[in-house]
Amino acid sequence: MAAIIVVATAFLFPFFWMVSNAIRTNDEVLAVPPRLLPSQAHWENFVQAWLYLPFGRFFLNSAIVAAAVTLIVLVVSSMAGYAFARLRFPFRGSLFAIYMGTLMVPQAVLVIPLFLMMSRIGWVNTYQGLILPMAFGSFGTFLLRQFFLQVPRELEEAALIDGASRVRILVSIMLPLAGPALGLLALFTFTAQWNNFLWALIITNGNDHATLPLGLTLFQGQQGSQWNFLMAGTTISVLPGLVLTILLQRYIFRGLSLTSGFGGK
Amino acid sequence: MSEAAAWQWGRPGAASKPRERSETGTAFLFLLPSLLGLIVFLILPLLASLVLSFTNWQMLGKARFIGISNYVNLLTRDPTFYHVLWNTLLFTVEYVILNIALSLAVAVWISSLRWGKNLFRLIFFLPTFTPLVGLAIVWLLIFTPGGMMDWIAGALHLPIPNLLTNPNWALQAVVLVSLWSGFGYNLLLFSASLDTVPPSYLEAAQLDGAGAWRRFWSIKLPLISPTLFFGTVMTAITSLQIFDQVYALTRGGPGVATATLGFSIYRQGFGAYHMGYAAAISWVLFLIIMGLTALQFRLQRRWVHYDA
Repeated sequence: MAAIIVVATAFLFPFFWMVSNAIRTNDEVLAVPPRLLPSQAHWENFVQAWLYLPFGRFFLNSAIVAAAVTLIVLVVSSMAGYAFARLRFPFRGSLFAIYMGTLMVPQAVLVIPLFLMMSRIGWVNTYQGLILPMAFGSFGTFLLRQFFLQVPRELEEAALIDGASRVRILVSIMLPLAGPALGLLALFTFTAQWNNFLWALIITNGNDHATLPLGLTLFQGQQGSQWNFLMAGTTISVLPGLVLTILLQRYIFRGLSLTSGFGGK
Repeated sequence: MSEAAAWQWGRPGAASKPRERSETGTAFLFLLPSLLGLIVFLILPLLASLVLSFTNWQMLGKARFIGISNYVNLLTRDPTFYHVLWNTLLFTVEYVILNIALSLAVAVWISSLRWGKNLFRLIFFLPTFTPLVGLAIVWLLIFTPGGMMDWIAGALHLPIPNLLTNPNWALQAVVLVSLWSGFGYNLLLFSASLDTVPPSYLEAAQLDGAGAWRRFWSIKLPLISPTLFFGTVMTAITSLQIFDQVYALTRGGPGVATATLGFSIYRQGFGAYHMGYAAAISWVLFLIIMGLTALQFRLQRRWVHYDA
């Protein structure tokens, strides 16, 4: 028991070091020997960091992009996931195999043509340019299909006999049952977009549409020696993920088993 | 899984022909948004990058079709390509092995604890949902010359140079940061799977005199092998693409000591505007990912058990 406590404490050290350096003077950051805690807590560093670069703007941009992508993913994947799980149509197996295959495609292969496409239609440095190219992966379709497959068929058969449409069945029977799976997909999508760096780095320039991770590297480039402010900015970007994880831990732990497999052979 | 498989393929004779026809129309409408999105933002760009890789397009001016010249240059003239390829493969092999071993070991360790299982799982999972770039910048402070790491190495008289400025060690710093920020996901995945191992199996084995190691090797491991396989494949796919940590920690340096394929694509494409050349590198990366994934699916027959 003692061993795991030591390991866990050591594991948490970088988070402690981040906050501890965010609230000290820059002279104290690289003091020899290192001081675990600042001689005095300078909470105003957060305000200073916020003023150096528009972290509020970065925060808002990240939130807009992550929320919009999540919304699209939820709607599009529940429709497609339901079709793959429940509807009979030609080439279903092959089409699903193609969807699964796209999970292997690295973002790096796509960014160059996507950037070309976005600059052709004038979407560089716009929200739609940040959002739409990231909103159509097939992971959500895969996850929700796995979930819908486990729902007993009897639940919808009665409604079908009563003449309910497939849209109605999806909206009023399947989706309410899929609450945990939808929540998990929303969480994964939101955090993945909150943390997405490469696409934001390519499709935006300047501060206007920069997201938090990008804002951090902009700050790093301009004020790289101001470690205390950089740590304050980092704390701002890391905090939402930490809070979300702690608040939703039960949910995450339970939901994760849903994603743990390719769904048989 | 057998039950799910039955649903997947449908019960024989359950549907009559007209219903199938009407379902095809509905299915098409349900699939339309995702199909359109997938075609426009994934399949077309994928093909476009293949076409681009056979051109000398440089952002401005006209692109000319130059056949396989980019690939020939990459493999025979580029002074850094093999170094970059080696960095990427070394990182991936090291990271995947260490990540899987560590997350499995810690998952087993935590599941044997009497209390605090969820607390410790939560602690190791904490970095997962936070921006990798932010975490890497915290480690940059720890590794910076004269920083915490150097001080610890000095205080303990360890013969370790500054990790980030030493070409032989810099990649290890990237591995360390990636492990710290990434292994919690697999830890949680494996923990959830370990929790589903029926305690009666383990008790029965214990009564038959099987030790802890034997119970792990012969019961737990085969039972969680599908999850282990899933985790390994996904971890390999993501680690081959490594970019964020490299960008924030080292920008590929010192020299090209930590430059990976993902980083080269960015630098060639958006630093030097050699778009055609960058597209060729990106296809090399894609081919490696496909090859490794296919290999893993072939090998799974030897060690993954689905019908336990």
